[in-house]
Amino acid sequence: MKTPGVTVRPIYLMDGSNEVNETWFDNVKVPAENLIGEENMGWTYAKFLLAHERSGIAGVARSKRAIERIKQIANSEMSYGKPLIQDPAFQRKIAEVELELRALEYTELRTLAKDSSGKGPGPETSLLKIKGTDIQQGLTELAMEAVGYYSNPHLGSTLSNEFVGPDYAANVAGTYFNFRKASIYGGSNEIQRGIISKMVLGL
Amino acid sequence: MNFDFTEEQTLLNNMVTSFVRDNYDWETRCSIVKTEEGWKQENWSQFAELGLLGVPFSEDHGGLGGSPTDLMIVMEQFGKGLVVEPYLPSVILAGGLITNLGSKEQTNQIVPKIISGDQRYVFAYAEHQSRFDLFDVKTSAAKDGDSYVINGLKSVVFGAGAATHIIIAARTSGDQRSKKGITLFMTEIGSEGITLQNYPTIDEYRASEVIIENLKVSKDTILGEVDEAYDVIEEEVDKSTIAACSEALGILEVLKDVTTDYCKNRKQFGKPISKNQVIQFRLVDMMMEYEQAKSILYMAITSDLSNPDERRKTVSALKSRMGKAIKFVGENAIQLHGGMGMTEEYMISHYFKRATMIGVLFGNVDYHMKRFIELTQSNIQKFEN
Repeated sequence: MKTPGVTVRPIYLMDGSNEVNETWFDNVKVPAENLIGEENMGWTYAKFLLAHERSGIAGVARSKRAIERIKQIANSEMSYGKPLIQDPAFQRKIAEVELELRALEYTELRTLAKDSSGKGPGPETSLLKIKGTDIQQGLTELAMEAVGYYSNPHLGSTLSNEFVGPDYAANVAGTYFNFRKASIYGGSNEIQRGIISKMVLGL
Repeated sequence: MNFDFTEEQTLLNNMVTSFVRDNYDWETRCSIVKTEEGWKQENWSQFAELGLLGVPFSEDHGGLGGSPTDLMIVMEQFGKGLVVEPYLPSVILAGGLITNLGSKEQTNQIVPKIISGDQRYVFAYAEHQSRFDLFDVKTSAAKDGDSYVINGLKSVVFGAGAATHIIIAARTSGDQRSKKGITLFMTEIGSEGITLQNYPTIDEYRASEVIIENLKVSKDTILGEVDEAYDVIEEEVDKSTIAACSEALGILEVLKDVTTDYCKNRKQFGKPISKNQVIQFRLVDMMMEYEQAKSILYMAITSDLSNPDERRKTVSALKSRMGKAIKFVGENAIQLHGGMGMTEEYMISHYFKRATMIGVLFGNVDYHMKRFIELTQSNIQKFEN
């Protein structure tokens, strides 16, 4: 990245975070031995990598952890004078995501079983990406919903380093906004549906 | 039925529209939210000059004697411009409480100063454990001769940093979740015993934690009757909920229109992405959500708000349905913009954030759905019994 001609310009996301950048290449000189594989094969390699990325994006383990965290938050937050975790409407929302996640875990295991037989992940990994990101987004929304008014404070912004509200509420709304990216990156979920319809269903 | 604006309403609409157009272009708005205060005094003075601070107040006090429709007009246009000045928390919510409960002396003294822009009141109601229940109040006010001593913590008080005065809901009797026993006290923000922790919100507005420690106030600062504030708190929060939904509607219109334009212009695989049926149908769904949201807002505005049961039902129907529209239109506006929509730099994300946080304000989808069900389906159970 220190090679002359490489310039990185940060792009801030809507939650104020900086995790993506514009990278400019201005007559960057690269030695020929740094070529990866063969010339003109980049997209083929990329597609192979993307199929793996898609199965990784599913993030089943991370979502399992997130569900537990939401249950803890809902146990601490009060709603109608009782812990939120006792609110049937909220219980149902958690359970719905949990069932989806359990199914996805086995969809992923089935994909991996096929993968270990040596064929490599196919276009059906798009399903993992779509369902996995749906679940992640649903979970960030539930966490935001759980903390009620304390989803509002924007901590760690340039204007305020003061911490207000319960610890677990810090940045839950920011995370919800940030995770809108999940249905966009790695090939948007519309693109993934396009892949499934073409490559899996042959439409 | 006729849903057209009257001549006066059209004038008001044009006035607010041109204020937003002339004073609130995107760069200006971004520079305001980056300041320490997060709002602009000159804009407030201009609201005063334009008569906007007087919209909900009676003509006797120098106001416009405006209707809920007038407030809808103001808030919808403010929504389109993402106007950050604390009009909703101070003029509409706190102003509503003062008009509704204030004695003749109190209103004569305070309302003209609100209208002139010299004073801004905000209302501290929420506490951490209360969530959206307005009657769940721990903050206590103990009688001490002719005075009261108040202690407690109020959460996420919008606009408090910009306010000159604060109205505090405190418990004078009853247990924590009793509707009876809540009293409103007015005091200056600088009073000894009040500490504000100001912070920006995720949607770039401002709010504060209000820490109240041994705040001593005289009984003259009480708004309305001791122990009896709850019904009016509920009423004024309901009215403010309609105003918040009006702001949301303005925001949804921008989200829908900007996204539609973007899809017409953004080319992928050699053609505008709006040529894809999946995009077309999504835009159609966004448009339908917007129209349904607008209709339910019109339903609320034209309903009989003076009838408490009717008001509760209609406001909860509105807030719950609006929340659903906010989620669908907001999330899809970002989705259809793709990576562009994720950035801080591009305006669409700011509209999405504000709309989402209005979804939380005064109770979210589930809260108002539950309230609506309780108000509309309890009769059915009685009938069966």
